Amino acid sequence: MDPHVSDPSAPLKGGPSKKTEKKLAKEARHQVVSFVFMIFLTSVAFLTVASDTIPNRFAIPFILLIAVVQVLMQLYYFMHLNDRGNGWNNIMLWTGIFVAIMTVPTLMLLIGVIKF
Amino acid sequence: MAQAEEVKHDQALPPYPEKATLEGKNKFLGFWFFLGGETVLFASLFGTYLGLRNGVADGPTSQELFHLDLVFYMTMILLTSSLTSVFAIINMKKGNYKGLLGWMWATVALGVAFLSFEIYEFWDYTVNYGLGFSTSAFASSFYTLVGTHGAHVLFGVLWISTLLIRYAKTGLTLTNAPKFYTASLYWHFIDVVWVFIFTVVYLMGV
Repeated sequence: MDPHVSDPSAPLKGGPSKKTEKKLAKEARHQVVSFVFMIFLTSVAFLTVASDTIPNRFAIPFILLIAVVQVLMQLYYFMHLNDRGNGWNNIMLWTGIFVAIMTVPTLMLLIGVIKF
Repeated sequence: MAQAEEVKHDQALPPYPEKATLEGKNKFLGFWFFLGGETVLFASLFGTYLGLRNGVADGPTSQELFHLDLVFYMTMILLTSSLTSVFAIINMKKGNYKGLLGWMWATVALGVAFLSFEIYEFWDYTVNYGLGFSTSAFASSFYTLVGTHGAHVLFGVLWISTLLIRYAKTGLTLTNAPKFYTASLYWHFIDVVWVFIFTVVYLMGV
């Protein structure tokens, strides 16, 4: 391997290529748009709960759905899970989510309903 | 030793400086493995909270305690800090090291602001409402869940500050690029957990 490329303590000089620059600009646009959208969703969730006219049986599933949408936007737009070369990262995270989905209702039932 | 100095040639910025070395790739993969584990950790705390949240004994209930305005400010602060760390990483990929450091400092400042709100909140509950850690099952599970998240924010603040001070003058290298990148992933994950905390704990508890 070329020693110049493998020295990790050398400062990186220069800018990105035109192609990368374009890609970064597009990425930044997507991220700002998703940020504005997340602010909007958060406000909707708070308003849903703050207004007394919306019944709980509608409000609770609705704000949970908003939370899931927001988290997916974080994971895919801010944390780049959809970029190439993220296959294993997706597997790691989704395995965690899979276990989490079973953990939450199990604990709710065991200590909330059965009450050991 | 003189030879080691000579190796330090400048090199061109790769498109993904955080994944350009094997070490960087390993850090990246290992960090996602860690985040999968963190997901399960928080799931167990959420499950416990949801199971115990009605067990208020004679202590205050969540309806008496929670103030939506405070939680709204905290949510906005944390969401904005997520965006500043995104800007930091974009600057890193552009090779703008000053921009990376500046946006990371902004992230740290917002994290500290969030923590101050949370400390005020816990102080308010303990002193003004008499909700101690062992007042009720609700109190214990609430403080454990939200406190664990707060501890993660504190750890993130300390971690990113350490990186910023340690690498204040080195410029962007293939060694520190993965470190900054994983720190930003950690910060986003903190925000992901907070989205569920404000929804499940605060909005469903008012």
